[in-house]
Amino acid sequence: MTLPYSHTPNGRVLWTFEGGVHLPDMKSLSNGTAIAQAEIPSRLVLPLQQHIGQPAEPLVKAGDRVLKGEKIARGAGIVSASLHAPTSGLIREIAHHRIPHASGLTAPCILLEPDGEGRWGELPPPMPEFAGLDPGKVIERIRWAGIVGMGGATFPSAVKLAPGPERAIHTLIINGAECEPYITCDDRLMRERADKIVKGIRILRHVLDVTGECLIGIEDNKPEAIVAMRQALDEEKLEATEVVVIPTLYPSGGEKQLIRILTGREVPSRGIPAHIGIVCHNVATAAAVADAVLEGRPLISRVVTLTGGGIAQPGNREVLLGTLASDLIAWQGGYLPGVDRLILGGPMMGQALGSDQVPITKGGNCLLVPGPGELPDPGPAIACIRCGRCADACPMQLLPQQMYWYARARDMDKVQEYNLFDCIECGCCSHVCPSRIPLVQYYRFAKTSIWGLEAERRKSERARQRHESRQQRLERQEQERKAKLRKKNEALQDKPAAEPAADPKKAAIEAALQRAKEKKAKLAQEGVAPQNTAQLTEAQQRQIREADQRRAEAAPHNETSE
Amino acid sequence: MEFQTLSSPHSERVNSVSEVMSQVLLALLPAIIAMTYYFGWGLLIKLVLASLTALAAEAAMLWVRSRPICPALLDLSAILTAWLFALATPPLLPWWMTVLGMLFAIILVKQLYGGLGYNPFNPAMAAYVLLLISYPVEMTSWLSPRMLNEHLLGFGETLGAIFQGTLPAGLTWDSIAGATPLNEMRLQLGMNHTVSEIRQGPLWGSYGAKGWEWIGNWILLGGLWMLYKRTITWHIPASMLGSLLLVSLFFFSLDPETHPFGLFHLFSGGAMLGAFFIATDPVTASTTKRGQLIYGAAIGLIVYIIRTWGGYPDAVAFAVLLLNLAAPTIDYYTQPRVVGQGDGQHG
Repeated sequence: MTLPYSHTPNGRVLWTFEGGVHLPDMKSLSNGTAIAQAEIPSRLVLPLQQHIGQPAEPLVKAGDRVLKGEKIARGAGIVSASLHAPTSGLIREIAHHRIPHASGLTAPCILLEPDGEGRWGELPPPMPEFAGLDPGKVIERIRWAGIVGMGGATFPSAVKLAPGPERAIHTLIINGAECEPYITCDDRLMRERADKIVKGIRILRHVLDVTGECLIGIEDNKPEAIVAMRQALDEEKLEATEVVVIPTLYPSGGEKQLIRILTGREVPSRGIPAHIGIVCHNVATAAAVADAVLEGRPLISRVVTLTGGGIAQPGNREVLLGTLASDLIAWQGGYLPGVDRLILGGPMMGQALGSDQVPITKGGNCLLVPGPGELPDPGPAIACIRCGRCADACPMQLLPQQMYWYARARDMDKVQEYNLFDCIECGCCSHVCPSRIPLVQYYRFAKTSIWGLEAERRKSERARQRHESRQQRLERQEQERKAKLRKKNEALQDKPAAEPAADPKKAAIEAALQRAKEKKAKLAQEGVAPQNTAQLTEAQQRQIREADQRRAEAAPHNETSE
Repeated sequence: MEFQTLSSPHSERVNSVSEVMSQVLLALLPAIIAMTYYFGWGLLIKLVLASLTALAAEAAMLWVRSRPICPALLDLSAILTAWLFALATPPLLPWWMTVLGMLFAIILVKQLYGGLGYNPFNPAMAAYVLLLISYPVEMTSWLSPRMLNEHLLGFGETLGAIFQGTLPAGLTWDSIAGATPLNEMRLQLGMNHTVSEIRQGPLWGSYGAKGWEWIGNWILLGGLWMLYKRTITWHIPASMLGSLLLVSLFFFSLDPETHPFGLFHLFSGGAMLGAFFIATDPVTASTTKRGQLIYGAAIGLIVYIIRTWGGYPDAVAFAVLLLNLAAPTIDYYTQPRVVGQGDGQHG
């Protein structure tokens, strides 16, 4: 048995997590060249939602001219993020456009036609003296810049930086693990812009008021990045901050796994790291924070890895947000013959895109185009043999084979009992499954079904409440009406009986009733029984009387015939 | 450009069922060679016969159930069932018993429950138990190993014995048959001989019986190779052999003259084969790690109980089937603690 921890050369304890898989890292395909400069494409497509939370609200309309860095959409509510023009140009329209989504969905986007000049608009002043400022002011700047988690989670950073006064943060973790194969954007960023990342870390430390240390986790397959970051730390003289080299094991870069490796602590199920005094940010997020605070620049571009055997010239590139994947691939020399897949993200968690006419968004770290025979289709699934390799590989210690069984049977209660919602969808289980079952797909299906059911349940609950309150309202109105009537009656009885005569309307009615009575009495004296024929004319009444007489004469015959 | 959309992960997969099965088959080869060496051609003839029957039965059932036939035959699971059955049964078992066993294993125990992955019982062991109960004489008629057998049958003679039930002129069943070590020990202990007296007999080797102990070694070698290749994990073999060893050592220490020592139990009968190749059948075993420890230990315990106080000399098949029945319940109560749940905070 191995201990759950080991020691680094400088004596730091490194913890391990259960499970995980060793993968061919394929990083050398794209990490050999420097980050290429941004180019301005002929059009930019900027989805209003590039983050977790509420979509942003557009501040521009078709026909507006905008300058680079100008805010074009405003974050709606707390958990949301603003959007800025990545370059100067003309707003063509605000319309539905395909977004990076496996199902090829469309969403509202701002379509910007660049003028090619890249003229900056007015920017807020840099805040070099941030250390003396109230953290709230710095967070406000970060919120303004529209920064989200750039490792792919895209959670608005400003929210994550304000965990609340009751949650003291003792450890800041900077995620430079980049454990997905193929992806090298963080690797290149750390090699080339370590100083900016470290400046960003200083800002994050100040904002979070970190009481303890800051740990920068980097997998040991990135030696150049490790050296660069350590050097930058020395130059910046950032204290209580350390680069910790961790073994290469997928998914070490998962937030929960990295926290476990570096601190030995577990993020509570359905909780967040702040619950245990830890906040975790990606290196690219730290760099974006430095840009926003020290230069007053909003988040308008990011580094994207363009890699795979199906791309002519793999590498990394600074990319304006909203650039279409097709433009990016073209700049890298285009597709090689025989490609049939385009993956946004890495091979383990990335989503296969149906089209390359989709934009790069804030969380888009990699475009992977496998060459022929690279990352082959696993083929049809066969029956689960319950070998349990999925459970051995699961970094969350779930029982994937049980979850699969119940997800397949659509037993959504049972699948939740097996902790479906602790699944991080890392793909380790599918990767090792000898039956080639697309396990993660089953879990996504189950999660979506459960969310659907819950939405349905909430809806019917609301409908029930509405119905009940309507019933109550009707009952109340009825009672009020009855109460009113009762009061009125009581009021009538309380009044003296002689009074009605004073009312001319009532007197008229009484007189009419009197007349009708007299008429009835007169008819009765004439021998006519009161009939329902009283309203008929005299002629009609005569006819009726004659008919009655005839009937009376014929009566004996009728009786016998009956 | 338009592309296909598959669900993540997109990685090149590292395992396949046929690869797992072929590793197990490969790991059985040393034992097969050793058994053939000690007991003659019978095993090889049975292997072929059982494999062909199993494949034919599997194909026929898949056809009846309108399932794709080729992928299921290529997963090699039917072959593995056939090989385990052949290894567990006596070398000169009449051909029709092998066929009957395989038809029962594949049709009733495997395919009628839904095929690979859905059978609650180990097919090879269910077939073994069916035959053992129905034909106890044939199922316990073993040969003497080569060093004790003056008339090791040739290939043609073995074929004759299996398919026609005839022996070469001048030979009787008694002249070539030999009791299994477990049977012998049981018989002699029943006659109130002490273990040390019994072990004076010509049958016995250094820790088991002659021939048998070496077959046990070769099975162990195959098992260790599977551990090295990570085809299986250590939990079930270690807990099963461990519990068998511990229990037998306990009783041995109480009275060494009426209870054979621990290694005898490990290297006799089906213990070694059961521990590495039968109890580890993933479909019918427990899947959680703690569950596997319980599962293996319970098999070891039941094997000892039936061997010592029960009605049969060996009990691996019974013990495995009993625990097959308990596996889902064991799994249910031995779920691992999910990361972030309960009181698992370290550091």
